[in-house]
Amino acid sequence: MITINFERCKGCGLCVEACPKKIIRLSEEKHNQKGYYPAECTDNSKCISCALCAMMCPDCVIKVEKGE
Amino acid sequence: MAVVFDKPHALCDVATTYCPGCTHGIIHRLVAEVMDELGIEGNTIGIFPVGCSVMAYKFFECDMVGAPHGRAPAVATGIKRALPDSVVFTYQGDGDLAAIGTCETVHAAARGENITVIFVNNTIYGMTGGQMAPTTLPGQVTQTTPYGREPEIQGYPVKVCEMLATIDGTALAQRVSVDTPAHIREAKKAIKKAFENQINKKGFSLVEVLSTCPTNWGLTPVDALQRLRDEMIPYFPLGVYKDEAVWNKEEKAD
Amino acid sequence: MERVLMKGNEALAEAAIRAGCKCFFAYPITPQTEVAAYLAKNMKKRNITFLQAESELAAVNMVLGASSAGVRTMTSSSSPGISLKSEGVSYLAGSDLPAVIVNVQRGGPGLGSIQPSQSDYWQATKALGHGDFQLIVFAPASVQETVDMTIRAFEEADRYRMPVMILTDGFIGQMMEPVTFSDETPKIEPKDWAACGHKGGRKHNIINSLFLQPDELEASVDARYEKYETIKKNIHDAEIYMCDDADLVITAFGTTARVAKSAVNQAREKGIKAGLFRPKTLWPFPVEELNAACKTAKKVLSVEMSKGQMVDDIRLALNCRIPVEFFGRNGGNIPTPAEILDEIVKISERGL
Repeated sequence: MITINFERCKGCGLCVEACPKKIIRLSEEKHNQKGYYPAECTDNSKCISCALCAMMCPDCVIKVEKGE
Repeated sequence: MAVVFDKPHALCDVATTYCPGCTHGIIHRLVAEVMDELGIEGNTIGIFPVGCSVMAYKFFECDMVGAPHGRAPAVATGIKRALPDSVVFTYQGDGDLAAIGTCETVHAAARGENITVIFVNNTIYGMTGGQMAPTTLPGQVTQTTPYGREPEIQGYPVKVCEMLATIDGTALAQRVSVDTPAHIREAKKAIKKAFENQINKKGFSLVEVLSTCPTNWGLTPVDALQRLRDEMIPYFPLGVYKDEAVWNKEEKAD
Repeated sequence: MERVLMKGNEALAEAAIRAGCKCFFAYPITPQTEVAAYLAKNMKKRNITFLQAESELAAVNMVLGASSAGVRTMTSSSSPGISLKSEGVSYLAGSDLPAVIVNVQRGGPGLGSIQPSQSDYWQATKALGHGDFQLIVFAPASVQETVDMTIRAFEEADRYRMPVMILTDGFIGQMMEPVTFSDETPKIEPKDWAACGHKGGRKHNIINSLFLQPDELEASVDARYEKYETIKKNIHDAEIYMCDDADLVITAFGTTARVAKSAVNQAREKGIKAGLFRPKTLWPFPVEELNAACKTAKKVLSVEMSKGQMVDDIRLALNCRIPVEFFGRNGGNIPTPAEILDEIVKISERGL
């Protein structure tokens, strides 16, 4: 599963492109204090913890965990 | 739950000043991950340049020293000569390293100065708003080449790795990219090697990282990565241009 | 204590080693060459680093690096090379880094000449680089003073965390005189601000001159200027010679002061009450000492190897209370005692 730091995310979308399961999108309604529309996970149960999203993230806002 | 991926310790827990999608952030993280893995943060001094990464002193947990524009290799030399057992790296952009600082770069390499240079090539001056860089591609539109770079007028881009590979003091000259996870893995390996070379006192090690500037290229972050692949990599081919210990050469096993 | 006959530049280099200078970086230029040559020759047996840089820019930035790392460090050059170093000196000042910068002056502007000159006075005391900052500037007039001031320069640089300049010239640099070196080893305080690796024991140290917020930059510059006020109180020195009853005070520093002293003696023989004021520190300028030396003076004559630079500070320090005249040679020429005496006689004949 992934946790995205809502306030730190700049909404660049590189993680959206990288995700093989297509479970990340940029928020359409919620923006953070800086005015960015951060990335959000649509279904963490489908996450395979491959960490490709985190590798592409220039702002180190994605934490990836695995297991119970 | 086991943590698969998190911020490295050597990277400060702050928001960077880079634009959304700028790959400086990825390169910062790779340098910090390498510092963590080699356990060298407490013995490392980083040199931050002039350019977008001038704020890098806020982003690395190791000691940091600011250099005038282009002079990072000279500042690094001063530190390394004063403290030969410390780990010293410079983090420089293309304008800094390949235009105003060409002399310092070439001579640090020629001396076989035992330092690590992280060279970020995004073919543009980002901080000042997108002027032509020494690595701007022919035809590339910038603020100061509004009709595209014309070699007849503005000359040709500087190929740093190719140039430094001809210098005896260079231990490592490698060009990598951060446009895909696979390339990011390669980039990290190269950066790690550049630091290990220093620890093993092998000589001047430079890793050129092809990077994006979505803001000044006028592209979305995703399209910027595509431009890197389509236009930059063909002109600046990835690969190892030189990998040969200058000092402290290991005996070759028979 | 040993007494030896040495060239000014070599004595300066020896003094630097004895002051605990660990790293020396320079680019060749006449007439300072012997400083580098002496250090290069001594580097292995005295356990110091000498590195010939690829340029003046690189040399001064290597100094910036070594200073950041916390060691005593120095660079030396001559006028055109100092102009190139001005970028680095501004960064040293803006980053609050100690360093010793030696200028063995030669004629200018441009490539000028390789003969002695004092035409970098303004550059050294007013504007060696962009931005608001000062250097402490020492002006030796003998080989012994070159040694003493070099050792002191390292101490003051560390004490106040700022660059200090030895402003000498090709004449003092090249001449030989007997000198005495003290056997004392310098006490160097640890530098807790240095960027030498935090070893996991503290937050990271940052050496930096960038402050994007106007208020932060202003606070940083203001703090530095408060420090300068302390320095003005603590560092000011001059030699005052035969000024007690002087009608005419000659002001001169370095080489010209040596020549002017002969002229003062000759003037006294002619019955002209002349005296000599020689600042040893050019910044801070010894204002009180000058005013004390000029108590009975009716006129002041500034003698310099330039078109007249220190003369501005003389007028300012005297608040234009006394008329100040100027005599100088430039281009690499040293005024002779006879030339200075002529000026003294002329001024005296016009009436004091």
